[in-house]
Amino acid sequence: MKQRTSGEITIALAGNPNAGKTSLFNQLTGARAHVGNYPGVTVEKKEGRLVHQGRDIRVVDLPGTYSLTAYSLEELVARRFIIEERPDLVVEVVDAANLDRNLYLALQFMEIGVPVVIALNMIDVAESRGLKIDAVLLGELLGVPVIPTVARAKKGVSELLDAVVQVADQGPAWKPMRIRYGSDLDLRIAEITGLLEEGRFEIGETPARWLAVKALEGDQDVMRILDQDPGYGPVIRSSIEEVTRHLRATVDDEPEGVIADHRYGFITSVTKQVVTVSRDIRRTVSDKVDMVVLNRLVGPLFLLTVLYLVYQFTFWLGDAPVGWFEAFFGWLSGAVENVLPDGPVRSLIVSGIIGGVGGVIGFTPLIAFMFFAIAILEDTGYLARIAFMMDRVLRTFGLHGNSVLSLIVGGGISGGCAVPGVMAARTLRDPKERLATILVTPFMNCGAKLPLYAVLIGAFFSRQQALMMFLLTLISWGMALSSSRLLRWTLLKGSHTAFVMELPPYRLPTLKGLLIHTWERVWQYVKKAGTIILAVSVLLWAMMTYPSPPEDLARVFDFQRQQAIEAFRNGPAAGILPDEKARADFRDRLAILAERPEPVAAGAGANRVEVLAATVALLDRGRPLPDELASYAPAARAYIAYRDASVLIGGGEAQARLKYSLAGRLGGLLERATRPLGFDWRTNIALTGGFAAKEVVVSTLGTAYSLAGGGEVQKASLSERLAREPGWNPLTAFTLMLFVMLYSPCFATVIIIGREAGWRWAMFSMAYATALAYGVSLIVSVTGRALGLGT
Amino acid sequence: MAAIPLRTMKARQKGRIAKVRAGGEMNRRLRDMGLVPGTEIEIVGRAPLYDPVNIKVRGANLTLRNNEADFIEVEVEG
Repeated sequence: MKQRTSGEITIALAGNPNAGKTSLFNQLTGARAHVGNYPGVTVEKKEGRLVHQGRDIRVVDLPGTYSLTAYSLEELVARRFIIEERPDLVVEVVDAANLDRNLYLALQFMEIGVPVVIALNMIDVAESRGLKIDAVLLGELLGVPVIPTVARAKKGVSELLDAVVQVADQGPAWKPMRIRYGSDLDLRIAEITGLLEEGRFEIGETPARWLAVKALEGDQDVMRILDQDPGYGPVIRSSIEEVTRHLRATVDDEPEGVIADHRYGFITSVTKQVVTVSRDIRRTVSDKVDMVVLNRLVGPLFLLTVLYLVYQFTFWLGDAPVGWFEAFFGWLSGAVENVLPDGPVRSLIVSGIIGGVGGVIGFTPLIAFMFFAIAILEDTGYLARIAFMMDRVLRTFGLHGNSVLSLIVGGGISGGCAVPGVMAARTLRDPKERLATILVTPFMNCGAKLPLYAVLIGAFFSRQQALMMFLLTLISWGMALSSSRLLRWTLLKGSHTAFVMELPPYRLPTLKGLLIHTWERVWQYVKKAGTIILAVSVLLWAMMTYPSPPEDLARVFDFQRQQAIEAFRNGPAAGILPDEKARADFRDRLAILAERPEPVAAGAGANRVEVLAATVALLDRGRPLPDELASYAPAARAYIAYRDASVLIGGGEAQARLKYSLAGRLGGLLERATRPLGFDWRTNIALTGGFAAKEVVVSTLGTAYSLAGGGEVQKASLSERLAREPGWNPLTAFTLMLFVMLYSPCFATVIIIGREAGWRWAMFSMAYATALAYGVSLIVSVTGRALGLGT
Repeated sequence: MAAIPLRTMKARQKGRIAKVRAGGEMNRRLRDMGLVPGTEIEIVGRAPLYDPVNIKVRGANLTLRNNEADFIEVEVEG
């Protein structure tokens, strides 16, 4: 084979979870990663590029795994990538402080035959624990280059890349490594390898010996290949059965047990030669921390404190930036209103696009800080401890310690997203535990529900913000857990599977790592706002605007408006404001006075128009009128009556328009069902829109109320608006928050559930969640009113 | 030397795995994580509700539920 000295090099980055694979990937590619999925499955695939020694290198990040079995999707994806796409080599990231188990995975890649370069990572941690590792000897014994690295400090990365280029240039020869599995198995492996090569199996370039080993391990994915040849397949199967019987009789074990034992035996023989323990550290720093943090009494208290601090951190830091965003979008709306004439285009831009998308983007800071806090928990290693402490509790409800990851990513600390939450359930092996986790994860308070909570809490519970959020979080957990218990007793009966999990040592997260982590998730959120939510906002705006009411209706309001104007012009103010010019001066004067905080007295030498304006301003602020203004009072009161009437007429007209629109009619139809919950047709429109994405609930409420309230109210935030709205009270707000927490998962989540668990479960999830939401809200609403809370 | 189930071991107790009696996927999972016969282990501690258990294996901390620990027999001194 000719030496390859040019062309792109493709490397696959593999390794155990917690071995520092992500750090190395970020160091190699500068975090300019392309994130996608492996074909046909929902396992995330990250890819990046770099140039080293003038060579283009493509880095594909394989999922973090401990082995290459067919038991989990991640492991299957990793080995399929190697076999089907044949990368030039695998860079295996190995945790130096945990050499044996990490080499177990490396060995399996070497058995497939793909060239391997080992990054002996976190060599500094190993040294601090008194472990000295002879990397050169390790490389000689394994027959592959071994490069010591400290990925987070970028140490050894350049040397690693030198080795990568060198190995890639040696050509694409695959040399499967042969490990001895004992005489019984070695004979069978040789036999089955021969049969696989002779028979008509579509194995392509896959090494037959590796397939033979996998077949002996009982690997389902490989066993299916045996069905391809009706002649040789059964021969191989009976050979496997024979040796299995023999091993059971002689060593009381299955072939896969024996194979694993021999792999570890080989690894131990290697590590004994290369690792010297200079001083025996009985307890690592991590262990000492765990003695406190996992203590039976301190542990749970510490856990609750951490979760509470996460909210405090998020709201404390997120508050100000949220205000800036709100101000910016308010300013933008105002600017557009000044530039564009009144009409459907302005309405579309201001009410539909800016109102809808702005409402969602405005909450990005909150979500960013929440993701940042979760990234800290993940990167320090504490999240695994949460799973460890919570497992016994979660198992009571038919879940798994790892379900906590789904629940937290889905919003268990509030501010996640059910989409990655549902996807995180893939770490669960048992299909029933997994399904239960998937079905209850959407009950968590995802980032998209936060804007509504923020608006309603701001309006009705402003003095107990953090406490209220804490309460909502507890309720969502309570609902998720009790639902799961119910499901596991009824539709999803059955036992649970292995919990074997690693508690990674505590690590100080790097700022870069945290920022990348946070950025990736925030970007997903913003992208969603920019695409789905923009489309939905426009669609909902159209639904709320069309069809237009008939001419007659508009004439009724025009008539009313005309009447109010006539009454004002012919009333007590007629003498002071005889013509259009005087009325225009009056309006200008009022506008100037409205900007002034104090005082509003007319001052000496003012003309009658200015004095009238001052009188109105004083009355507006509820001030007593000085005697010299008493004669102006009737005229001023007539103006105020006129102004109130036109706001009412305008509001009535907008409301009538909305009610006449498609959305209004739909909301009206649903009102019969939602009246016991205290939701009117506007809330119903918002909830319908919320199915597209939960953020839309807020933006639609915003649109519905700004459309109905007229220009001046648009400037007030939705919170203030709802607090003043007669149909709203703390009980309505609380009921709505519960309903939004529980009702049908959003469109995106339903699609993911469909992909992960099948469409029947996706449909079930929508129906079940909505029924639950209705039931719970009804109970709360009825009980609340019976207790006299709804006023 | 006596072989006892891992579940009955006390905190800080050390031992050497004698037998892994699981089958199928559980067997693979335990062994993939390094729990093979001959391996030295130490009980680090237990979760607040006494389950799962935190053990030290080959320099790493692993967690096992009690009913999984039942599959593993450990030779301990005394």
